[in-house]
Amino acid sequence: MVGALLCLLVLGAALLSLVWTPWSAYEIDVAAKLRPPSAAHWLGTDVLGRDIVSLLLVGARATILVGIIAVGIGLTCGVCLGLIAAAQRGWTEELIMRFSDFTFAFPAVLSAIMLAAVIGPGMVTSITAIGIFQIPVLVRVTRGSAGAIWAREFILAARAAGKGRVRITIEHVLPNILSILIVQATIQFALAILAEAALSYLGLGTQPPQPSWGRMLNDAQTLLFQSPSLAVYPGAAIALAVLGLNLLGDGLRDLLDPRLARQR
Amino acid sequence: MTAGDQALLDVSNLGIRLDTSRGPAQAVREVSFALRRGETLGIVGESGCGKSITALALLGLLPDSAVVSGNIRLDGRELVGLAEADYCTLRGNRISMIFQEPMTALNPMHTIGHQVAEPLLRHTGCSATEAKRQAIALLDRVGLPDPARRYDAYPHQFSGGQRQRITIAMALACKPDVLIADEPTTALDVTIQRQILDLIADLVAEQGMAMILISHDLGVIAENVQRMIVMYGGTVVESGTTDAVFSRMGHPYTQGLFRARPRLGARKGTRLATIAGTVPELADLPAGCPFADRCNLVVDACRTALPPVAEIGAGHAVRCIRTDVALTRDPVGVIA
Repeated sequence: MVGALLCLLVLGAALLSLVWTPWSAYEIDVAAKLRPPSAAHWLGTDVLGRDIVSLLLVGARATILVGIIAVGIGLTCGVCLGLIAAAQRGWTEELIMRFSDFTFAFPAVLSAIMLAAVIGPGMVTSITAIGIFQIPVLVRVTRGSAGAIWAREFILAARAAGKGRVRITIEHVLPNILSILIVQATIQFALAILAEAALSYLGLGTQPPQPSWGRMLNDAQTLLFQSPSLAVYPGAAIALAVLGLNLLGDGLRDLLDPRLARQR
Repeated sequence: MTAGDQALLDVSNLGIRLDTSRGPAQAVREVSFALRRGETLGIVGESGCGKSITALALLGLLPDSAVVSGNIRLDGRELVGLAEADYCTLRGNRISMIFQEPMTALNPMHTIGHQVAEPLLRHTGCSATEAKRQAIALLDRVGLPDPARRYDAYPHQFSGGQRQRITIAMALACKPDVLIADEPTTALDVTIQRQILDLIADLVAEQGMAMILISHDLGVIAENVQRMIVMYGGTVVESGTTDAVFSRMGHPYTQGLFRARPRLGARKGTRLATIAGTVPELADLPAGCPFADRCNLVVDACRTALPPVAEIGAGHAVRCIRTDVALTRDPVGVIA
């Protein structure tokens, strides 16, 4: 419940920023820089005189976009490959797992630099790099938990009932590992937000003047002693979003598991 | 052999080679048996004697690394080496299986109704409402109370005995020709065992199926099947009608197994007989008789080659070269 509310809050902020922000998030007013919170600027202004509330609202967009798309890429590719590896075994599994080890060896930053060299820096670069970075983790988690399900007796019973590998994977394996995947996806979402912050800091992600929570955090880093509150707001926003996602993941897991659902 | 006499399931010279962590192991060798429509066959043996592996081989469910030799024929159709896709149309439809562990043989994420209706939808191509109607009828037939109301319940809401009834309903949904029951009552309370076995026996008779009942319990075998085979170390050591085997046990292992069963009314203080030694590892089975190391009638010839099958009565065969001596021993063959 709380998780869903927090997620709605972040989503609401992103949607609201499309139609209204208290100030423009792109307007620089150096005369009004580093103002403390006031009636005009609820949370004050940053080093360029931009309104923090407006920046947070607009920054939610980048966060959500990067998170959803990158985790989406990771989930789609990772889960498919993991399920195939668990169902096929043999050289298919070997090939998929070695491929994911290979991908795993490249940090997101390195793949982002390579991608930036090809298609230039920007949001697409960071989304793609983070997405690719997510795949091997999800392949491993999926393969591992799916493998454990394949060893269960009800899978043997399903095979004895004449079901093929594809049907067993979709009808029996996937529902049983869904809760693990949901929790893992929320963790990956949190990692994606942090990775986005890191890439923006290196100038490979969101480009100025487009604000994102990660960029705000990294801008604030240089002023940590003059104005610590600048780092607190985006930090708190990231923490709340991640917390909300984790709680939502837990809630969804309980909701989807018939054994837990009936106990409430 | 006339058409009516034709075996429904004919297994001849079945051999199964498994890859284990200790190297390749001949898990099953020279296993042959035939099953006619409506006939019941028991397979008895200790853990690791190859009975479950044999059952899985019949369903084509062995691990990919297993090498199967010999023949398995269903209605004359060769099943060894059959393509997976073709096997899928047989499993659950013509051959199906009841598993040992009802607690884990049902998928915890699906309703029991869904799991019973599933094979019907898959193999008979009937509509969803028809499948549901038949599934409820099946659940009613296997004695699940109030099946229409509990159709949408999940496996964890049932007891072990009820779950085994549900797995029986699943296995019988498509009215298979051959039913394999692998220790169907081992995981259940003793009070439930009889009910479940009676239910299976009734259903087998009712639908005219052939059944293979796998058990380590001689009592269960004696009461539930017409013919039996005794397995040891991956091979059949004795086979025949249940009556013939119980009245005249020709193999030292069968005799030992019979002596080692616990009995009610045994005098206080009498120790339960055991067979000395342990089951040989499948990875290093001896070249000769697998029972040689534990047999008290062993002679040198036993260790050189697998003994040939010898008939000691009508349809009663023993794989032992010392049967003459074994048969003259104390009258363990009399059912106490």
